[in-house]
This record gives sequence, C-alpha cells and structure tokens, in this order.
Amino acid sequence: MTDFWNDGDPIADTAAPDGPIETRWERRKFSAKLVNPANRRKLTVIVVGTGLAGGSAAATLAEAGYHVKSYCYQDSPRRAHSIAAQGGINAAKNYRNDGDSIYRLFYDTVKGGDFRARESNVYRLASVSVNIIDQCVAQGVPFAREYGGLLDNRSFGGTQVSRTFYARGQTGQQLLLGAYQAVERQVGLGNIEMNTRHEMLELIVVDGKARGIVVRDMVTGEITTEMADAVVLASGGYGNVFFLSTNAKGCNVTASWRAHRKGALFANPCYTQIHPTCIPESGTHQSKLTLMSESLRNDGRVWVPLAAGDSRKPGDIPEEDRDYYLERIYPAFGNLVPRDIASRAAKNVCDEGRGVGPGGLGVYLDFADAIARLGQKAVEAKYGNLFEMYQRITGEDPYKTPMRIYPAVHYTMGGLWVDYDLQSTIPGLFVVGEANFSDHGANRLGASALMQGLGDGYFVLPTTLGNYLASGPYEKISEDHEEVVAARTAVEERLNKFLSIDGDRTVDSFHRELGHIMWEYCGMERTEEGLTKAIGLIRALKDEFWQRVKVPGTGEQLNQNLEKAGRVADFFELGELMCIDALHRRESCGGHFRAESQTPDGEALRHDDEFAYAAAWEYFGADQKPTLHKEQLEFEYVHPSTRSYK
Amino acid sequence: MDIQVRVWRQTDSSDKGRMVTYDVKDISPDASFLEMLDVLNEKLILDGDDPVAFDHDCREGICGACSMVIDGVAHGPERATTTCQLHMRHFKNGDVIDVEPWRAAAFPVIKDLVVDRSAFDRIIQAGGYITAPTGAAPEAHSTPVPKKDADLAFEAATCIGCGACVAACPNGSAMLFTAAKVAHLGLVPQGQPERDTRVLDMLQAQDDAGFGGCTNAGECTTVCPKGIPLTLIGRLNSDYRKALRNSNS
Amino acid sequence: MGQGLHTVIPVAVDTKVPQAAVAPSRSKKRTSSVLLKIIMAVTGIMLILFLYLHMIGNLKIFFGEEAFDHYAHWLRTIATPLLPKTWFLWIQRGGLTVAVIAHIASAVILARRASAARPVKYVHRPKVQGSYAARTMRWGGVIVLLFVIFHILDLTTGTLNPVGDKAHPYANVVADFALDRWYVTLFYTLAIVAVGFHLRHGIFSAVRTLGQQTARGERIARASALVLSVVLVVGYLSVPFAVMTGLVD
Repeated sequence: MTDFWNDGDPIADTAAPDGPIETRWERRKFSAKLVNPANRRKLTVIVVGTGLAGGSAAATLAEAGYHVKSYCYQDSPRRAHSIAAQGGINAAKNYRNDGDSIYRLFYDTVKGGDFRARESNVYRLASVSVNIIDQCVAQGVPFAREYGGLLDNRSFGGTQVSRTFYARGQTGQQLLLGAYQAVERQVGLGNIEMNTRHEMLELIVVDGKARGIVVRDMVTGEITTEMADAVVLASGGYGNVFFLSTNAKGCNVTASWRAHRKGALFANPCYTQIHPTCIPESGTHQSKLTLMSESLRNDGRVWVPLAAGDSRKPGDIPEEDRDYYLERIYPAFGNLVPRDIASRAAKNVCDEGRGVGPGGLGVYLDFADAIARLGQKAVEAKYGNLFEMYQRITGEDPYKTPMRIYPAVHYTMGGLWVDYDLQSTIPGLFVVGEANFSDHGANRLGASALMQGLGDGYFVLPTTLGNYLASGPYEKISEDHEEVVAARTAVEERLNKFLSIDGDRTVDSFHRELGHIMWEYCGMERTEEGLTKAIGLIRALKDEFWQRVKVPGTGEQLNQNLEKAGRVADFFELGELMCIDALHRRESCGGHFRAESQTPDGEALRHDDEFAYAAAWEYFGADQKPTLHKEQLEFEYVHPSTRSYK
Repeated sequence: MDIQVRVWRQTDSSDKGRMVTYDVKDISPDASFLEMLDVLNEKLILDGDDPVAFDHDCREGICGACSMVIDGVAHGPERATTTCQLHMRHFKNGDVIDVEPWRAAAFPVIKDLVVDRSAFDRIIQAGGYITAPTGAAPEAHSTPVPKKDADLAFEAATCIGCGACVAACPNGSAMLFTAAKVAHLGLVPQGQPERDTRVLDMLQAQDDAGFGGCTNAGECTTVCPKGIPLTLIGRLNSDYRKALRNSNS
Repeated sequence: MGQGLHTVIPVAVDTKVPQAAVAPSRSKKRTSSVLLKIIMAVTGIMLILFLYLHMIGNLKIFFGEEAFDHYAHWLRTIATPLLPKTWFLWIQRGGLTVAVIAHIASAVILARRASAARPVKYVHRPKVQGSYAARTMRWGGVIVLLFVIFHILDLTTGTLNPVGDKAHPYANVVADFALDRWYVTLFYTLAIVAVGFHLRHGIFSAVRTLGQQTARGERIARASALVLSVVLVVGYLSVPFAVMTGLVD
C-alpha cells in the first residue's frame, strides 16, 4: 500500500507536560518563559485570518504589547466566516447544576471525537471554556438571558447537560463581533496594523524558522513581503475543496497549504464533518449550500418514498408507501441520531434511488405530525425563522409541504499539525482555530468550534507564543535575503503562470469538477477502490487545469478569478492528500466512514489497535509521495468505547 | 428564464464608469441573484471579457459582504433580505434589471460593484467596543442583565455592517449603523463606563468619514436586511445629548 | 468586448469622477451633524409655537373687523408698561429671525454634506421608501422661506398690499384675498400646504432628534405631527377661503 505514500518516523508532542491532566495547563503556563513588557513592542507577530481564533489572538497579543500585523482577504475583519456559526458555544460553567464539569466536557469531547483527539489539548480546552464566557460577557456579547438576568443555556448536539451558551441563532456573529471590536480598538490605538483585502500566498522560512509571509494586495495586485518574529495562521478550514459546502465562498486552504509545502505537517486531512440538515442543491447554478439548524430534527420526521423512482408529490404518498428510515433503523434515537449517522443514512437511501427533489439528492423532513400535534403556532414559535429561511431559498412553504434536506460539508477537523503549544513543525509558525487539527479528533461536537477558536486565541496562544518570543527578538531579516526573494519570486511566477495559460475553461468549472470527485469518493463513505480512482482523477484534472485554465485580466488589479485560481490550485494538491489519508486509514471513525470497515449491521467499525494515532503528513513535492508520521494517541483518562445508537 | 441586466462597470477608482447591458439566458428561478451573476461571469470569461467584480462571501445573509443596489433598491426588492439571499423567482422572464454599487463618498468604488467600506471599521475603532482586556473579565454571572435589555441589545447587535443603510439614505448617512452599535453597547451594564465617550467619538468618526447627516427619512430601516429599527437613532440622539451635557459639567 | 453580447447604453450619469479609493482625510474636525440637527429641532419647535400663536390671532377675523383690528393693535402693546410700546414685538421678531437663520444655516450645512456624501447619483433613481414628506423637506423649506418674505412685505410692511393701511389690518387681509387676486391666494395656499408637509415630517423628526426612542413614542410622534400639521393648515387656510367665499368681507 505504499503506491501513494511513504512511512516515516513517528512524531510526538513534546510540549505537553505529563502528570495529572488537571494541572498540565497550569504547569505549562508556569514553565513558559515570559517576555518583559518593555520588550514586547520590539516583537512583531503576523496573524493571518480575523475569525474567532485570529481576531481574539490579534487583540490579545496587541493588548499584551506586541506589535501585531493582521491580514484578511475580506474587506473587513468582521466578515470572517466564524460570523456564520449559528448554534452556540459550550462552556463547563455548570450554571444548570446538572452535573456538568470541566471533566465532563473533556470526556464528552474526547468521546465525541471518536477517540482520535489528544487528551491534554481537550482537557485544556474544557478548562478555558469557562474563561471564554466571562471574557465575552465583559465585551458586551448579548448572550440569551433568563428573566432573572442570568445567562440562559441549552442542550445542544445530543449532550445530556445544558452547557451551550447562545445568542439566538447567531452566536458566531455575536462572538466574532466581540473579538472584532477588541481588534478595532487595538487598531485605533496603533497596536494592530490591519490589512484587509490582503491574501497570504507564501510562508517565508529562514534558518528553519517562520519569519514572514508574502501577501498580495487584492485591490492593487501589489506583492509584498512582511517580516515578523513569529507567524500565526488562523485561516480556517478547507471544506471548500468540495466546491459545495456551507463555508463562505472565499474560504480556502492556501495559507495552510503554503505552510505545509514549506515543511509544516498536515494532520488528518480526511476528517471532514458532513452536516445532515442542509438545503439540497437546486441545480447546476448552485454555488454554496446553506445549513439549517439541527434542532429541526427534534420535531421533524425524516422519510423517503418506499419505492425507488416514486415521483408522486409528497402529499400524495400515503403512509404505507413512506419509509421513515431513521426511526426504522435506529429505534432508540430515531431522528436524533448524531450528524455522521444521519448523513450517511440519507446518502444510502438516495443511492438506492429513493431520494427526492431535483437530481434525487434529498430526503424529506416532515413537520406535518408536529403541526398536527402542537399546532402551527407552536411550530412557528420554535422554528419560524428557520422555516422562513427555507422558504426564502427554495420558494416552498414548509408548513404545507415537507422540507427537503441533504447533507453538506460543514467543518474540517483536520489541519496543520501542532503541538500542545499550538506550534507547527516549523518553529515560529503557530496555528489556531479550525486551521489546526488538535482538539476535535475525528468528529466535532456541536458548539465546540467556537469554543476552540476563542480558547486558542484568547487564552492558549498568548501564553505559548510568549514562550517562543521570549527567545527573540530574532535577527532582523532584510527583504533581500535569498529566502525572502525566493518566496516572493515563487509567488510572482505562479500568478504569471495562471494569467499566461489562457486556456478554454474557467477556474470555477475546474473547482466544481474537483468538488464532484471529492464528494463522490472522499465524502460520506469511502472505499479503497473509490479513493484510488479519485487520486487518479484528481491528478488528471490538475494537469488539465494547468493546461487549460483561463484567468482573465491582469495581476495589477482587483481580479477575483486570479484569487480563485490560486486557491483551486492548492485544493487540487490538498484533495489528493485527503484521498491518500482516507485511503491509508482502513477504519471507520467519526467523520471518516470506510465501507470496508463496518459491523455486520452496517455501523462504523473503529480499529483502535491499529489507528489510534494522528496521521501527520509531510510534503516532498507536487509529484512526490508524501510521508506519513504517526503521533500515537494515549487515552489515560477516557477509555475508547464504541458508540451505539440502535 | 431570460433576463437582461444593466450592470455598473468601472475598471478602477479613477475610471468614470458606465452601465452596460448583458443578456443572461436560461436562468433557473431557483438560482440566487449572485448565482445569476456567476453564470454571467462564466460566459464573460469564455467570451474573453472582463467578468463583473462583486463582493460576496458567506452567501447566507450574515457576513454582510454583498452590496448591490438592484433597480434602485439596496439589496433588491425583497424586504429583510440580503442580495445573496434574493432569488431569481422574484423576477419575471424578460425583466431588465439595473445593478449598481453602493453610492457614497465614504464608500468609494474599487471596481464594478465592489466598494471600500473601511469607513465603517473606522467608526468602530473610534469607540464601538467595550474595553475589556483578555483575562481581566469578572465571573459572567456577577452582573445580571435584565432580559429585556439583553434582547434589545441583541437586536441592535445583529447589524451585519453591509452598508445598505448608507446606500439607501438620501443623505448618504451612516446613522443607523452607528446607532445600532451605540445602542448595543449602551444597553448592557458593561458598556456604561464608556457610554459618553463612545457616542461622541463614534459620531465624530462618522462625520469625519464624509457621511451625511440623518434627516430621519427612514429609508435605511426599510432596506436593512436585519430590520434594525429607526428608534435606535433616537436613542443615539438622546445619548449624544446626555454625553454633551456630561462633558460640559 | 464584443460578439454583440452586450451594448453600452448612454445613461444620465453624473459626470463627476468618483473619489479615489482612499479614505477621505480631513484635517479639520466637522461639527457634529447631530448637534446641527438639535439646533434645527429646537429652532423648529420655536417656530411652530409662533405659527400656532399666529394662527390663533388670525382666527380672530371670524369675530369681525373690530375684534381683529383690536387684536392687531394689542400686539404692539404687549408687555407695556414694563416695556415701551412695540418693544416686545421687536424682541420677538429678533428671536424669530435668529431662529430662522440658525434653522436655515444648519439645514444648508447638512444639505451640502448630504450632497457631498453622494457625489455620484444612482442611475436607476430609487423610489421613495420612507415618507414623502421627509423627501420634500428641503424644497418645501425654500418655498416657505420665499413665502415668509412675501408675507412680511404684504401684511407686515404693507409694501405689496393693495390697501397697505397699517391701521386697518382687517381691510388689508380682505383686499389681499379678493377674487381677482386669486394668484395671491394660490401662493398662500401652496405655501401653507408646504408648511404642513414640512411640519408633518419636521415635528416627528424634531422629537426623534431630541431623543424619542420607543416604538410607541414613534407612533404618537407621527400621529401628533399629522394632527398638528392638519390643524395648522386648516386654521391658516380658513381665512383666505372665508374671504373668497364672502364669509368674511
């Protein structure tokens, strides 16, 4: 099986202290070297991305006194895609007195991650979760409150305790605006140099350390090299490799991928979260998918016609010709099975030809029973805004006709490998938020992404980055340094290449085709045969891309297709690595379901003896096999068990 | 369906700009307005033309990037809907649709339909925050907030910073944007210490950025995709008056 | 560009070149637009009070020539013997003049800012989505100003009045609205209706500017503005129409 990769030496996280898990973070904080406040001004930190992780990191580092240079591709830091998170943020406050604790949040997260996350990191995440809520409240984040004026909590994503803090269905927006406002305050004070509409296109590594980035000003096309003592990537996830996802259109892997090409290991790229309740594709014009809150499954019943090819309207299909398949297969949990299971079941019935709607890629989510039982008013009170959103997008009235839903790519658990200090394998390159791989294992629990982004940015990174910077300031690097010039030249040559191909296919057409391959073979269910085929297809498509892509305009102006071309070119390489990673992991776990590894009744089958490790990949060149480094995961506190929802 | 779009084309900030008409054929009524433009752009690229530049990102109505005046109305004909959530089923076969950028001196055009909205960031920099350095926060439950205030603060805080209010305002005023942030932070107890300086500084930044003044015309709230109410401007005025009084005493 | 895919159509575009895509930098800090609005609100309220008192005086005409002329003469003796004759009248005139000047000066500054805030107009003229009265404040204000000038020359100084006898205001009024001077009545009517529109938005706007901020308050303010405007228009128009129909002669 080494047609596609080489096996390398194992790696280990040497930054994490051992000993009792409850005190590891305290001990790490104490052992971390400190930077004299007077010296911080002399230290420059680059932060790429302004979402929850990047925004909170930039603001906190600037408050601490470091000189921060921040970059985002959007026209304002407030538009980073964290803004779109709906559900909420977990914190082990135990305000409900329902038995919650830091340990329980830690336990649930490790278990929810299907035992593929690092215990030390997850415990730290759970312990800083309580500080996050305090911080956000102090910033004025308008969380939902009860009549007594205290914060409201809800249960989310199937947990048995109510630990999710929320701001109606716009929690991500409110948290991000809190971080954004803290950032803008520091911009106003001159501590953060904010660069909007700037895209990082290369990492500059000098003497083995990350020392800067190459950026393109997306308005003028100017390429500049930006130097610093450390670089923080907070550039988000890579779900857009599938073309259609719930990510924003601009989300991309370029910052992470450029770092990977420069030596940073990329861990668990195949771990993708596929969300079951999205609005299905309506045609070939579809540009993105919209998520609808999972809470809909509390009252909606999922079904498809019993017979394949039944083209009757949903209302004309009598009860006996319907298959409420989740209730049938999982009588204990019914419509409330976890995300991965609901998603895969929907795919299965559609593969059987029983899907509904255009292209047969959809299942019904029916509220007729709920409306009959509770009355339309009650249903409206609970889900009114979601029904409205559905109607706005589809033009169908979900009070009268069942909703159609289908799974869509939502989050990527994989990312750049980092140690306990959130430092990648390149010294001085730190990675926070969705861009790293650290905390969610093979599956992310609901309301945990916001927690991780803010935990990394507000509380973890400022300490661990300080430890690195305490050895600085590092030698000043001139713009004429050969590594700097080489990085800059590489960027310019690549951009010129895109513009000079002048082929006959658009960037989007390639991206769409890549997305189809990824979704078909590296989506909800993967097989050895399919993945092998996909790798071949991706390579062929990538070659075609470099021959036939057409990028209009020039590099000296706002050129949205040139931006896209660079991102798609990186997605090709990432897509191939995702397939290789999925291929090598001959087990089913979390968001990764391998058809060859299932129980007799079709459920996911993990192989803890063989695969209880994080797969960290090393890059050796576009046409070279990557090398696999395994970081063995130890489970001292939460012992692996099997999930069952029957 | 087949339609025509007349789109504002402007190569860069120094170009004068003009409306250009394009035919767009075989558009699905289920396509969003931006997807219709995607289809147009694919065709323009293959025909060797320059595709239409427009800001967009999340395409689910929350990031605030999309910014088009459609037939004279910011974000188009549907109420409480961003351009990205507007679908072609609201148009008829054969329609001629005018598409223009936000027009305001404080929002200069960068290219085609893309404008520079950094003036909004500058208003926030002037005071649209609560000073709360990381780590200094007290326990979240130490200060209860009446539910009514929390809910009102949330509603004001749902502003997505798209700039439709400015685009629609006959005076090119950003008062609804500023008022929403002043109200959000002024309604929670944590925001009280900076309440006076916030409103004075944010208004100064708004005036200095070249936005017009408010005449309470109410066009802003009718186009606001989040339905930020006009009453918040009254709140801002009241806060401003109190702040002036306090700063003189 | 080609293949007959699209055509450039000439449209009425403001030919000013848009500003460069950089933040407009201003060395001088602007006077707060909200402060200017407060000045307009306060002076506007003073002028409304005057208009109402003036209207009540006008209605004396229905009590006959003697009553009306007596009232007119009384105006010159207010506050006597504390003040010499007509002093109060002049103080009041001075106050009104200052209010009018402050009101107009603020309006001009704000109007100029508004026009500078949108240097390039929309090609597709937006339809008015807020109130029509709000959109006509500026031109309405100009009509009212012109009328006030005429009105002073007509019935205060008597310069343009056919009778022009300061001792007999009743006769002046009756002569003014005679049927053959229909154009005066028409101008008067037009101006009073303009005042009505001006106040309909102006009263609501003034209250908002002074800090009204609840939805209920907004409903009350809008309703009061409507009632106060209608009463004022009816009150003022009753005089010329009574003269024209012979009810007063």
